[in-house]
Parts: sequence; structure tokens; C-alpha cells
Amino acid sequence: MDAFASFKKVLFYQLKLQPMPAQNEKMKAYWRKNLQTLFVLLIVWFVVSFGCGILFVNELNEIRLGGYKLGFWFAQQGSIFVFVILIFVYVVRMNRLDREFDVDEE
Amino acid sequence: MEILTWTYLLVGLSFALYIGIAIWTRAGSTQEFYIAGGGVSPLANGMATAADWMSAASFISMAGIISFAGYDGSVYLMGWTGGYVLLALLLAPYLRKFGKFTVPDFVGDRYYSNTAKVVAVICALFISFTYVAGQMRGVGIVFSRYLEVPIEWGVVIGMCIVFFYAVLGGMKGITYTQVAQYCVLIFAYMVPAIFISMQLTGNPIPQLGLGGTVADGTPLLDKLDGVMTELGFAAYTSGRKSITDMFMITLALMVGTAGLPHVIVRFFTVPRVKDARLSAGYALVFIAILYTTAPAIAAFGIYNAIETTSEKNISELPEWISTWQKTDLISVDDKNGDGKVQYVADPAINELTIDRDIMVLASPEIANLPNWVVGLVAAGAMAAALSTAAGLLLVISTSVSRDLFKTFRPDISDKKELRIARIAAAGAVLLAGYFGIHPPGFVAQVVAFAFGLAAASFFPVIIMGIFSTRINREGAISGMITGLVFTIGYIVFFKFISPETNSAEYWWFGVSPEGIGSIGMILNFLVCGIVSHLTPAPPQEVQDMVEEIRIPRGAGKAQDH
Repeated sequence: MDAFASFKKVLFYQLKLQPMPAQNEKMKAYWRKNLQTLFVLLIVWFVVSFGCGILFVNELNEIRLGGYKLGFWFAQQGSIFVFVILIFVYVVRMNRLDREFDVDEE
Repeated sequence: MEILTWTYLLVGLSFALYIGIAIWTRAGSTQEFYIAGGGVSPLANGMATAADWMSAASFISMAGIISFAGYDGSVYLMGWTGGYVLLALLLAPYLRKFGKFTVPDFVGDRYYSNTAKVVAVICALFISFTYVAGQMRGVGIVFSRYLEVPIEWGVVIGMCIVFFYAVLGGMKGITYTQVAQYCVLIFAYMVPAIFISMQLTGNPIPQLGLGGTVADGTPLLDKLDGVMTELGFAAYTSGRKSITDMFMITLALMVGTAGLPHVIVRFFTVPRVKDARLSAGYALVFIAILYTTAPAIAAFGIYNAIETTSEKNISELPEWISTWQKTDLISVDDKNGDGKVQYVADPAINELTIDRDIMVLASPEIANLPNWVVGLVAAGAMAAALSTAAGLLLVISTSVSRDLFKTFRPDISDKKELRIARIAAAGAVLLAGYFGIHPPGFVAQVVAFAFGLAAASFFPVIIMGIFSTRINREGAISGMITGLVFTIGYIVFFKFISPETNSAEYWWFGVSPEGIGSIGMILNFLVCGIVSHLTPAPPQEVQDMVEEIRIPRGAGKAQDH
């Protein structure tokens, strides 16, 4: 990279407050990890509600959880509990990711 | 004390509290009016979001709907909570980083187009008006049932209260009254639920009581299944809707929830991106408390109703049945003249009709609780209706003053804009009150509209705007319009033009009008993607903005340009 180009990039960064190229790679990695997190959490979201609560409810109803049939429990109780847990897992995971990539807020 | 005295006392006290808070949190600038100055703590915002979200319908009607729908009622439970996962993971943090005041703001900036913004404003107004009319009606009904005043007076009193704190306080006033309203409504919901659960199953936690056993040792739900099938109904824990329809309705409600402007805007009020994430988590905790209790109230309610009436002598029915017969919410008609109540599925010989709202409204009396609990439930129902109405009215006034007025007259002063916002809020209160007193016959029908439209219009455009830099103005506008036209067309056809064909054999792919928003959403995504790839990419500064909102650092308070 010649001096002029790197000067241009620094200037560009200074003027428009954009991430510098090295920074750019890092941001791409941050975004990729973010998407991976979302992907995993949304799979769980789908499985507990649409999967356990709707698509496979009859199969799961053969299994019992106390006085509940398991499929019915997922549809009216379990999926909601898992939703709550998912958001808090996301919060913890993203806060850690933000710190790791140094993009967290003051 | 009498029930009526307690009701006046508790409802009066709660109103005094809301007005007190409104005076204390008066808004002084547009920033305070639109987003409460952006300094609300995540916990307070979580509570406010929960109150904002849980409407008169959630509080009064949802448990009753589940009582009669059984497993099929799960669509509401999963749909209206699962949306918060989408909101927390896909929308709230990024929109908070974007840092403006409204959803149309985002659509307008991201798609560099006032046309897109105006389409978004129209969607926001339509969704909010549909919703707010129902809330005002709910206020009127609660007033007339508990305070024994005509519905019209109930609506007018409700209007005055909302007017006071929404117009004066803006988002700031609304936020802190909603926190108080959440406390009132959740307390009012839980007290009867806990006592009924104790009486029926011996377990004070309703969520466990629902899976508990009744006095003779059989699990409550099995007993209920048995009783229901004996009377000719479908078993409580099995569904009647097709799997496709269950799937599509749940999806439409989830996505619709995540796309509702009055819910999204709550996440603009917290100071940082990480607060927006956390706040969505708190909101869902507070919502889940009510939403996991509702199915318990539903099952206890229908079980109690059947056990205390079926094949019993009419002269020996419990007292709450005769009390509520006066309101027409429950009626007994001894068709075969045997002096006993037959509650069966066949409408020709059924002698007992129960309105779904009774499951919550009469819950204190069913459980033989003291009179003050009845007053408490009334105050809770009012809190639920008022908090949602206020949140919606704010979206309406913001849409008018900021998204319409300021877009085309960008040079107006902050003070003038604030005055216009207040006038718009006042106008919206009056209009909502009018709809509350003269409800359009289709209020119940149009709830499907609100969710379907939010799902088919906002959600895809916001998601694509965040997760793709390639989606452009042309794609967004054509996507929103396709989603809207398709969804409106389908609902209007089956609900208004040809209601007699509104059954599974005529529906496309077996999807009911309630679930069609899911298909509208998929169409929106497809059209948006295809059109965008056939037309030029968005300008560089827009692509840079998208990169920017993906990174939390640097989110100052929401700014006015």
C-alpha cells in the first residue's frame, strides 16, 4: 500500500468517521459472530414454538410432564419460558462480544 | 364495604396516581414528548413496554378465549410472546443505534425516500387507529360493568384521563404512568389466579397448578379433557385448527408483534444499545408472568364453570352466576324444563351460554374472594386498557407532527412542533373516543388486520434494511405495497365481501385471514429482494449508515437530525 493511499484512508477516516480498513476486517468478524449467535438462538426459538408446540405436538403429547402432556406444555408454557431465557442468553453473549471486539458503549 | 364502593375507591386511587405522575413528568421538549428524553432505565422501560403491550383484550378476554379454544388458544400465547425474541434479536438494538424517533423515520432515511416514509406513516396510522378504537371500547365496557355508568360515560371518563397524561406528558408521562399501570394490572391479575389455583389444585403457583391434580387425584387437564368430551366438545388439550393454520397464525402474530410501531418506539427511550437488548428481556419477563398465568385461569375457569353448573339444579347455582346474569355475560335457559342446567356442545339442547370475558371478570367471585379483589380487577382492567391506548395515541400524534408535518416543513421550531404534537394527540383522543362510543361493527374483525399489516408491511422492510446493504428504495416500496395490498385484499375478501366462504375449504393453502399476514410477509421479502437486485444499489452513504447501525459504540441519545 503506497503512502498516498494510506494517507487517503486516514483522511477519509478522520473526515467521515468511518472504520479504517484493519478496523473493517474486525467489524466483519464481529458481524459474522453476531449472525452466528442469532442463527443458533433463532433455531431454538423455532424448535420450541413451531416444532414442539405445533408440528410435533401430537408425538410429544405421548410423553407426560407431571399433569401436563408435554406438547401441550410447550405450546402454553414451555415455549414462553424458553423465549425469556433466549433473550437473556443473547444479552450476555452480545455484551461479551461487544467487549471482545471493543465496540461496547461507555 | 360493598363491591361498588371498593371499585370506586380503587379505580379512583389508581387514576389519582396516574394523574399525579403525569403532572410530575410533564414534557418540555419534543425529545421528551417523543422518546421521554432517551433516559429511561431498561427495567422501567421493560415494565412500560409490558403495560403498553398488554391491552384490554389481553387482560379481560385472552383467558376466556383459551377456555373455549383449549389447545388452539396457544397461537395467542406463543404468537404474542415469541415476537419479543424477534424484536430483541433482530430489531430493537439496531433501531436504537439508528437513533431517531419513529419507525417511519428509519424507513425514510434507510430508503432515502419520502414516498417510502409516507407509506410507512399510513401503515402506522392504520394499525394504531384500529387498535386504539378497541381499547377505548374496553375502557367503556369496564366502566359500565363495574361502576354501573353507561358505556358512553365510561368512554368519556377514559378519554379525559388519557388526554391528561398523553397530551401533557407525551412519552415521558406515558412511560412512568405505564410503569405504575403494569404494577396495578399484574397484581390484579395474579391475586385471583393464585387463590383459584390453591382451591382447585392445592398449589399456589398457577403455572404449576395447571399441571397439578384436582381433589380426586386425577390431573386437572385429564379431568377437563374427559368432562369436555363427555359433553360433546373437543378435548381441551387437542386442537381443531389444522397444523398449517396454527403455524401461519402463530407466525403472523409473532412477526406482527415485532412490527407494531407502538412497541418498537419504546426501545428508542433507553440510553444505550445494550439497554435496548436488556430492556426487551425485562419486557418479556413481565409479559410472561401474565401470559403463563392466562392458560391456568382459562382451564380453571372452564373447569369451575362446568363443575358448578352442569346437571345442577337451577335454584342451587352459585351466587356469582346470578350476579353476572344481570350483565348478560352468562345466561341460563331451561329449554327442556327439567330444572337442571345442561351444558353441551349441541346448540339445540345447550342451556348455558357463557361470555368469554367472564373467566377473568368473575374470577374473584368464583374463588369467593373478598369484595376489594373485585375492585382490584376493575382497576387492573382499566390500567391495561389505558396504558395501551396512551401508547397508541402517542404513535398517532408523532406520526402526524413529525413524520408528516415536519417532513414537509423541516424548518418549524421545536416549540411549534411540540404544540402540533399535542394538538394531534388531542385530536387522536377525540377520534378514538368517538370510535369507542360508536364502534364500527368490524372492531373485532380488524384486529387481524393490525397484526397482518404490521407483519406484511413493516417487519420485512426493517429487517432487510438492517441485515442487507443491497436492498434499495425501489425494493422497499414495492415490497411494502405488495405485502399490504395482498394482505388487505385477502382479509377484506373473506371478512367483508364474501364472509360466507370464510372457511378452510376456500382458504388459499388452508390459511385463515388471521394467518395470512405470514404469506404477505413472505411476498414482501421476495418482491423486495428481487426488485432491489434489478435496480441500482443504494447510495454509498446509506450503505455506510447500515454498517454503522450494526455496531453498538457511538449510540448517543436519539437525535433530531
